[in-house]
Amino acid sequence: MDEKDLLLLHLLEENSRLGAEELAAMTEISPADVKCRIAELENERIIRRYATVVDWEKAGDGEVSAIIELKVSPERDFGYDRIAERIARFNQVRALRLITGAYDLQLVVTGKNMQDVARFVSEHIAPMDRIRETATHIIMKTYKENGDSFFEREGAERLPYSF
Amino acid sequence: MRDFISERARAIPPSGIRKFFDLALSMEGVISLGVGEPDFATPWNICESGIYSIEQGGTSYTSNRGLKPLLEALSRYLREHYSLAYAPESELIITTGVSEALDIAIRAVVNPGDEVLVTEPIYVSYPPCVTLAGGRAVPVPCPADGQFRLKPDCLMEKVTGKSKVLIINFPNNPTGAVMRREDLKGIADIVTDHDLLLISDEVYAELTYDGSHVSPAAIGDLHERTITLNGFSKAYAMTGWRIGYLCAPRELCDAALKIHQYVMLCAPAMAQVAALEAIRNGEEEKDRMVREYRVRRNLFVEALNRIGLECHVPEGAFYAFPSVEGTGLSDTEFAEQLLKEERVAVVPGSVFGDGAAGHLRCAYAVSRKDLGEAVLRMERFMGRLKA
Repeated sequence: MDEKDLLLLHLLEENSRLGAEELAAMTEISPADVKCRIAELENERIIRRYATVVDWEKAGDGEVSAIIELKVSPERDFGYDRIAERIARFNQVRALRLITGAYDLQLVVTGKNMQDVARFVSEHIAPMDRIRETATHIIMKTYKENGDSFFEREGAERLPYSF
Repeated sequence: MRDFISERARAIPPSGIRKFFDLALSMEGVISLGVGEPDFATPWNICESGIYSIEQGGTSYTSNRGLKPLLEALSRYLREHYSLAYAPESELIITTGVSEALDIAIRAVVNPGDEVLVTEPIYVSYPPCVTLAGGRAVPVPCPADGQFRLKPDCLMEKVTGKSKVLIINFPNNPTGAVMRREDLKGIADIVTDHDLLLISDEVYAELTYDGSHVSPAAIGDLHERTITLNGFSKAYAMTGWRIGYLCAPRELCDAALKIHQYVMLCAPAMAQVAALEAIRNGEEEKDRMVREYRVRRNLFVEALNRIGLECHVPEGAFYAFPSVEGTGLSDTEFAEQLLKEERVAVVPGSVFGDGAAGHLRCAYAVSRKDLGEAVLRMERFMGRLKA
């Protein structure tokens, strides 16, 4: 990992559709070197995947997301890892983190509607062994995701020329 | 009625691109590479502290010199980043942009009849400020074949018994040129030998892409005869806040401070608070912007050379300065036709002095999307010229 790798990661995180030629010009290395470095970053699973940030609300998709917090009794020898792995297997779980504070695990869950999310939590998550308590927060509106602000702002007026 | 306009006001020229300005404003869909400021909004933490200071009632004058915490933070910053030693209580002034710093620096040292050497291509404000102070600006050519750097022999050719001040600006607007340490050493010798004062405008210092910025006052004995100017506009995308600063040994600084207190009183209070936040917590955002400028520079300069506009690689600031030689057009004709036919605004080089003719100043401080579109339009334009 050197400065060029970091720059490639920054550029790809922002726009994963940049081609090798373009990336080469941007980073001052050859296209072959770009391809080689990216392949290596993919192999090492530093690049996990190439995805798109979608404003689902705008797309008219009625999916509902919720943040679920769980109190979990850790297991001897494994702590939270084994239970976390079981939870992570559900497709409905989009994100899962171990956190500090009153709760231990935090999930982001999506479903077709509120009932769907509630059913998933009550039928699949809450009854699991070692889950002591759940708290469900339905997401009402997303303002910013993955560093992308969903506010539409008019830019301030700029002069056509200035020195 | 008498003619009320002073001789000095009459002696300074109107803006060299008024015609272009009006034309661009009357057109729709213009992509402007003519702007000398970052396209980023000021990072939010900086804006927030400015807003908070207003909410707290921080709307009065500050001391003439500026807010003490800002002066102290700057003094530390200059020492750590550029090995510059300026005492916060006696050798620094917070000014209303570098523009004011430049004006008071010149007025503090220039007598009527003094010659002031300025590197050409010349930033547009230098000669008028010299004229208003009663001095005479003498251009020193920094041609393309020397990467637009100031060379000792070019400087020597223009030094006379009347020379008093040398103004330099690196990284340079409009060329993007930078001076390396070895380049500056040769200049330092001449400045010292001929007992000149150096005014070094370093507002683009943070935007240095290959290597790091070298501040002249940190070289040899130059410190005692240098006025260093810098500001927050370019590095932190804060052009509208109007915060710059002047650094100089005490005696020079005292003279500039007298002028500052009468003509400006102080720099905007809330903007000084915002600048303090910039210097304390602005590094990460600044680095992010610098990284982006460098990426754009690489894309843009490669594209310019590909479409037949020969361009050296600018090592600093956010300007590319390609040559229009071989297109059969002068820089002014090229800029005017490009604006009318393809709605891309660039600044003709001759605005920056006769020695800068035959080039275009293209600011790449625009989004990559707009920059890409501008290149497509320029390529189309070049295609028609060749046909």
